[in-house]
Amino acid sequence: MSTTTPVPASSDVAHLDFDIHPKDFTHWRLEVDGDVARLVMAVQEDKGQRDDYVLKLNSYDLGVDIELASALNFVRFAHPQVRCLVITGALDRVFCSGANIMMLRSSTHAFKVNFCKYTNETRLGIEDASEHGHFHSLAALNGTASGGGYELALACDKILLVDDRSSAVSFPELPLLGVLPGTGGLTRLVDKRKVRRDLSDVFSSIAEGIKGKRAVQWDLVDRVAPLSKFDEATTEEARALADTLPELPAEQAVEPDGARPVFREDGIDYDHVRFDIDAAARTAELTVTLPENAGPKNAAEAHAAGNAWWPLAAFRQLDDALLHLRLEYADIGTVSLHTRGDPAVMLAIDELLESEQDHWFVREVRNVIRRVLKRLDVTSRSFFAIVDENSAFAGTLLELALAADRSYVLNDPDMPVQLGVSVMNGGAYPMGNGLSRLESRFLGAPERVGEILAKPGLMDAETADEMGLATSAPDSIDWEDELRLALEERASFSPDALTGMESNLRFAGPETMETKIFGRLSAWQNWIFQRPNAVGESGALKCYGTPDRPAFSYERT
Amino acid sequence: MTTIDYESKIPNNVELSSDKRLQRALEHWLPQYLQWWHEMGPTDFETKDVYLRTAISVDSDGWAQFGHVKMPDYRWGIFLAEGNKDRKIPFGDHMGEDAWQQVPGEYRNWLRRVIVTQADTEPASVEQQRLLAHTAPSLYDMRNLFQVNVEEGRHLWAMVYLLHTYFGKDGREEAEELLERRSGNPDHPRILGTFNEPCRSWLDFFCFTMFTDRDGKFQLLSLAESGFDPLARTCRFMLTEEAHHMFVGQTGVGRVVQRACEVMKEVGRDPKAVREQGAIDLPTLQRYVNFWVSSSNDLYGAEVSSNSANYFGASLKGRAWEEKKYDDHTALEQSKDIETWDGKTLSHEEVPLRNAMNEVLREEYIEDNQKGINYWNRIIKEQGVDFELRLPNRRFNRNIGMYAGYRFDLDGKPIDEAAWKAGESAWLPTEDDRVYIDSLMVKVTEPGKFASWIAPPPKGINGNPLDFEYVRL
Ligand SMILES: [Fe+2]
Ligand SMILES: [Fe+2]
Repeated sequence: MSTTTPVPASSDVAHLDFDIHPKDFTHWRLEVDGDVARLVMAVQEDKGQRDDYVLKLNSYDLGVDIELASALNFVRFAHPQVRCLVITGALDRVFCSGANIMMLRSSTHAFKVNFCKYTNETRLGIEDASEHGHFHSLAALNGTASGGGYELALACDKILLVDDRSSAVSFPELPLLGVLPGTGGLTRLVDKRKVRRDLSDVFSSIAEGIKGKRAVQWDLVDRVAPLSKFDEATTEEARALADTLPELPAEQAVEPDGARPVFREDGIDYDHVRFDIDAAARTAELTVTLPENAGPKNAAEAHAAGNAWWPLAAFRQLDDALLHLRLEYADIGTVSLHTRGDPAVMLAIDELLESEQDHWFVREVRNVIRRVLKRLDVTSRSFFAIVDENSAFAGTLLELALAADRSYVLNDPDMPVQLGVSVMNGGAYPMGNGLSRLESRFLGAPERVGEILAKPGLMDAETADEMGLATSAPDSIDWEDELRLALEERASFSPDALTGMESNLRFAGPETMETKIFGRLSAWQNWIFQRPNAVGESGALKCYGTPDRPAFSYERT
Repeated sequence: MTTIDYESKIPNNVELSSDKRLQRALEHWLPQYLQWWHEMGPTDFETKDVYLRTAISVDSDGWAQFGHVKMPDYRWGIFLAEGNKDRKIPFGDHMGEDAWQQVPGEYRNWLRRVIVTQADTEPASVEQQRLLAHTAPSLYDMRNLFQVNVEEGRHLWAMVYLLHTYFGKDGREEAEELLERRSGNPDHPRILGTFNEPCRSWLDFFCFTMFTDRDGKFQLLSLAESGFDPLARTCRFMLTEEAHHMFVGQTGVGRVVQRACEVMKEVGRDPKAVREQGAIDLPTLQRYVNFWVSSSNDLYGAEVSSNSANYFGASLKGRAWEEKKYDDHTALEQSKDIETWDGKTLSHEEVPLRNAMNEVLREEYIEDNQKGINYWNRIIKEQGVDFELRLPNRRFNRNIGMYAGYRFDLDGKPIDEAAWKAGESAWLPTEDDRVYIDSLMVKVTEPGKFASWIAPPPKGINGNPLDFEYVRL
C-alpha cells in the first residue's frame, strides 16, 4: 500500500491506494471460517500514513480505514458464502480507541473532513451489507471501545461487550476533545439504537463511558459476557446472526481486483474511466465509456466475466477516481461528467442487472453501483453532466446526470443526442434519503417519475428537456459558450458556500439516518473543527496530549 | 434495617455520626465489605486473635493502638490527615486558588478515575496474599502479613469514603465494583496488571511489599498534593501506614539475605549448596527482585502520556513532594529529556514536562528502590560475602509503555528473541525456582521460632519480645 502524505493539491500528488488485498493488510486480519468471517483489528502503531503520530491503542487513520473498506469489499466478492462478519480487536482490554487524535490535530481541515467522510461511508457500507448484501455484522468488543471505536461498533447489527468490570463503550469527544463523535456516533445512538436522548446526553458527557450491565440497560450494547465466556458468546451471536440469512450455495468466488489507476500529470486513466484535470481552470472532466457491446447475456456469463464485467469494473474505477478527486485534488472545484458509447448497450446491460438480480454476483454488482452513486452524491464538488453528441446517459448512467447539480443537454437536430431510461432508474439505486434520484428530482411533480419510467428506452434531447431532465438545453450555436460561462461562473464562487448550497439542494425529501449523518452531524462537526474552541491556540483538540489545558470562549453562537 | 453504632465501630475524624448521607452509603456497603473480607481475606484465620495496630485517631497517640483482635472485628476507620482551612492548590493551572473542598464538576470524572484506580489496588493486594498465612515463617511474620492486610482494607475504606461522600450514585456503584473485581480473576480482574500477579510465596510477598507497595507510596505522594483537599488529606494519612508495608518488605528480604549470607559463609556461594541448607540463594532472590521491579515499573504508565498532563494541568495529581521539592509548580514551558525507543534504537527527546509526569514519578521510584537495594548490599557486605544485588534496568521485561513488546537484558541493552530465550532463566524466576521456594514454605507457629530460610528480625513489635504470641492460633 502507499503510505504517503495526502497532499491537498493537484500537482505533485503522492497517490493513495484504495484497494488493498487482505494478504497485504498491515492493520487487520481477515479470517474466514465457513459462513462466518472475523475481521480482527490489530493496528501497527508505527505504520501510520504519516510519521508524526503513533497509532496507539488500536486507533486509526485513513490507511487503517482503507483496509477496513477493502476487507468489506473483499468479503462481498471473495467470500459470498459469508453470512456474518465479526469485527473484533487483537489488543488486550482495548477494542479500538477511535480516530487517532494526533493525526486529526496535525491534519488540514480539508483532510479531516474528507477523512471523516470516507470513514462514514465505510461504516455505512457495513450497514449496506446487512441491508442489501449477504452478511450481518457483529461487533465483538473484547475491550474498551471509545470514540470512533464505539462508532464502528454502532455500525454493526449487534454489539457484544466483554464484561471484565472495566471495559466500557464511550464517547470522550465532548469532554476530552471538544468535538463530536462525528462518524455517525450521535446519530446512530438515537436514530438506530434509539437510545433515549437524555441518556445519550449523559453517555456522551462521560469520557470513560459506560460499562457492563448499565451499557445493556441503556441499550448501548446488546449483550455483555464475562471474559471466560466471551469467545463462546461471540460464536453464539455470530451464529444467530448468520442463521437469519439464507444459506448461499458454495459459489465460485470473484476475488476483487483493484481499479488499477494509471496516473499522469494531468489526470488518471482507467480501462473505462478517464479523469482529466485542467489545473488552471480548477475543473476536471470525468468520463465513463461504455463497451462496444453489452457482453454477458445472463448471470452465469456475468459471473464468469467477474471483475471484468463492465458495470462492476467501470463503477469501481469511477469510485476510485472520486476518492482521488476528494483526497488529492482539493482545488478542483467543478467536475463535468461525461459518458461515451452507445446508450443501447447500457440499456442492455441494465436488463441483465434487473432480470438476474437474484444471483448473488449480480446483486453485489448492483450494490457496488448504488454505493458509488451515493459516494458521488456526497462528494463536495460541483458536478455538471454534459449530455452531448456520442454521450450515453441511459439507465444506470442516467443516474450520473441525475446525481449532478446541473445537466446540460445539447439540443440540436443536426447533432442528435440520446438519453435513455431503464427500470434501473426506478429505485434500484436509492439515494441516502431513501428515494430514487428521479423521485428526489421531482418532489414537486411526483407524477413525472411515473411518466418517465413508463417510457423505457431512448429519448431525444427535446423530450428529455420537456421531461425536466435538462437544466439547460442549448443548441450547438450556444452550446460551447453556455458551458464555458457556466463553468467559469462556478469557479468564481466561494467554494465553501457552494459546498453548503449543493449539499442542501441534493437531498430534498425525507430525512434518514444517512442524510442526518452527512447533512447534520458532519456539518456540525466540520463547523466545530473550524472553531477556536477546538482548533484555536487554546482549543481542546489543539491542547489534547499537550501540557496545555483548553480555554474556551463560552459565548454560544 | 441494620443500625450500626458508627462511633464505636468505625473510628473516624470525618464526623460520621452526623453525616446521614455517608451513614446511608456505608450501611449498604459495610455488609458487602465484610462479606468480601470473609471470602477474599485471610479467611482461615478469622477466628484467631492477632496482635494488631489500630488507628483510632490521627494524633500521635491515637494512630497506633496495639492489642489482640479478631480480624473481622478490626475497626477499620476513616481518617484524613489534619486539614488546613487556608490550604491553596500547590500546582497546575489552578495553583494558588483555594484548595477544593468539593469535587469540581469539570474534573469529576477524572478524579473518580484517579481514585478508583488507586482504590482498586488496595483490596487487590489482600486477595493476592490471602493464603500466605498458611505458610508463614513465624508468628511475627504472620502478624505482619495480617497487619498489612487490614491496613490495605482500611485504605480501601479511605477511598470508598471519598467515593461515597463526593461522587453520589456513581461513587456508590464504583465502591461496589471495587468489591466485585477480583485479583487474577479471568472475568473481572483488577485494573492494573501487577495486582493480578499471584503472590505465591513469602518471597513474592516480601518483594511485593518492597516494590509494589512502594509504587503505592509514590502514587499517594503525588495525590497528597492534589487540589482536591479531601483526597490530599486522605492520602497523607495512608502514607503513614504504607511506610510500614515497605518496612515489612525491606526487612523481610533483608532477613532472607542475612540468612543466605550466613549459609554462604559455611558452604560457599554455589546456589545448590545454599539450597541444600534450606536457605534462598541470592541469584534466585535476584530473579524475584527482577520480576517484581519490572512488573511494578509498569504501574506508572506510559512514558509520555496525555493523561498525566491532564491530571497535572487540572491540579489533580502532582509530583511527589511537589511543594517541597520544586520551585516551578506549573510545569509549563518546561521540558524533560526522556529516553525514547522506536523499536530499533534508543535516543533522547525533549518532551513537555507535563506529559512526562509518569516518568518523573517512575524516576523517583527507581531512586527509592535503589536505596533498598543498597540496604541489602550493606547486609551482604557486613556478612563479608562477595555478592551484589542490583536493580534491573527500567527497560527490562516491560509490558506497558514504549519498551513493551521488546526484549532488553538486565542492563537495558536491546536484545533479540534468541538472546532473551537464552537469558530468561537467569533473569526471571523459573518454575524450578518456584518449586524450590514452594518447598520452603512451611508454617512455623512456635512463638520465637523462624523458618530455615529467613533470619529472625532484630526486635519484636511494639517493644514485645520475639517469642511473643503475635497470633493466637
Ligand atoms: Fe495501600
Ligand atoms: Fe500498602
